[in-house]
Amino acid sequence: MALLKSLSARKNDLSKPENQLAFLSNGIFKEGELPFFKDKIAKTGNYPLKPEKLEILQLNLGYMCNQVCSHCHVDAGPDRKEIMTKETMQQCLEVIKTTKAHTLDLTGGAPEMNPNFRWFVEEASKAGIKDFIVRSNLTIILANKKYHDLPEFFKKYNVHVVSSLPFYKKEKTDKQRGTGVFDKSIKALQMLNAVGYAQPETELKLDLVYNPSGAFLPTNQQALEQDFKTALKEDFNIDFDNLFAITNLPISRFLEFLIASENYEDYMYALVEAYNPAAVESVMCTNTISVSWDGWLYDCDFNQMLELKVDSKVQHISDYNEDLLNNREIRISQHCYGCTAGAGSSCQGTVA
Amino acid sequence: MSKTYYNPDDLRKFGEITEWSEELGNKFFDYYGKVFEEGALSAREKSLIALAVSHVVKCPYCIDAYTKDGLQRGITKEEMMEAVHAGAAIESGATLVHGVQMMNKYDKLSM
Repeated sequence: MALLKSLSARKNDLSKPENQLAFLSNGIFKEGELPFFKDKIAKTGNYPLKPEKLEILQLNLGYMCNQVCSHCHVDAGPDRKEIMTKETMQQCLEVIKTTKAHTLDLTGGAPEMNPNFRWFVEEASKAGIKDFIVRSNLTIILANKKYHDLPEFFKKYNVHVVSSLPFYKKEKTDKQRGTGVFDKSIKALQMLNAVGYAQPETELKLDLVYNPSGAFLPTNQQALEQDFKTALKEDFNIDFDNLFAITNLPISRFLEFLIASENYEDYMYALVEAYNPAAVESVMCTNTISVSWDGWLYDCDFNQMLELKVDSKVQHISDYNEDLLNNREIRISQHCYGCTAGAGSSCQGTVA
Repeated sequence: MSKTYYNPDDLRKFGEITEWSEELGNKFFDYYGKVFEEGALSAREKSLIALAVSHVVKCPYCIDAYTKDGLQRGITKEEMMEAVHAGAAIESGATLVHGVQMMNKYDKLSM
């Protein structure tokens, strides 16, 4: 069953990033049962972790969402009021005009719920960024009449839609994302297909994101993609392009679940055991800058949620300087094991 | 010393059996790893077989391990339970087929 409120609204201790970071540094790590991430990557010659070429500029347009998913690392929900203002968007647009990143990635919450979302997409699309991603939770398209035309809008601006669908079966999806989410997601995917997404005659891209619905790691991305493709086609005549398998990182609501279900230690053991130095080489913080709703800069969306701002003189979009940022050291903690396990994990799926 | 015979944490220590017999331990884990690779059977199919056998040999470690493995592979709970029934059917069949031996003996002994 999905939660009704965010950690923040429930005033849960874990809503405070410092408490999450303290938890992740105590217990099995402090007692030496498992190595700190810093020590682990030092052993494989990857410390300090430094950025490579910037490829992705990821903007979080706000933490408001129409869903309250049980695993959400953003702790998003209808009760979250943090929304990017038009002024911050203007500052982002200035950066988008000059960035060397080839991908612009809009996320949230539900980015579509930002009142200036459409204006921003129109403006940002003028910069001619090669790959323009919007991370859509799908159900937003059906949440209100004013969103019903989103598929057409996405098509108009050649937006690359990346959507979460934890599983191709109703039960697991609804358990993680809320009752009724699966049926609405299916309907939204059919609407996207109908306007040309993931159809051979168009170049409109529709990718899906799979993340495990529980305390286990994702398996082979290609095998899962095949299972999803077969099931969605047979059951609902749905097409999509790629499936990204993303590991749940032990922060925010997923951390709460791990602790409450007494899976935390086993999960951390599994992540550390699956540590893959090849994944560290391509981990997403090496090619991404994440911008929060209020314009602060982070190494990734997870660090944003833990309020670990970039370790640089430049920390805000208003002072953005790509060359300076590229000299920074990436900030790490034990949650980073989530991106280096197995074939690795990033917003673009596996990396190794 | 643990007061129970089975401790879930011991599953993580499985690899330590090589410490007391390195060659045999390594040979076992090499063999084990090879068995579960993709082959004439898919890794997914082998995971379901392993789950069924785990129940038949009543190994709690194996049941934990292959339930998790199945979840990771996207195997549904319906598939998992059918696999357990397949194992259980063979196990009960193995008991019941001995009933023929009983019948044979009964008939032989009876006038």
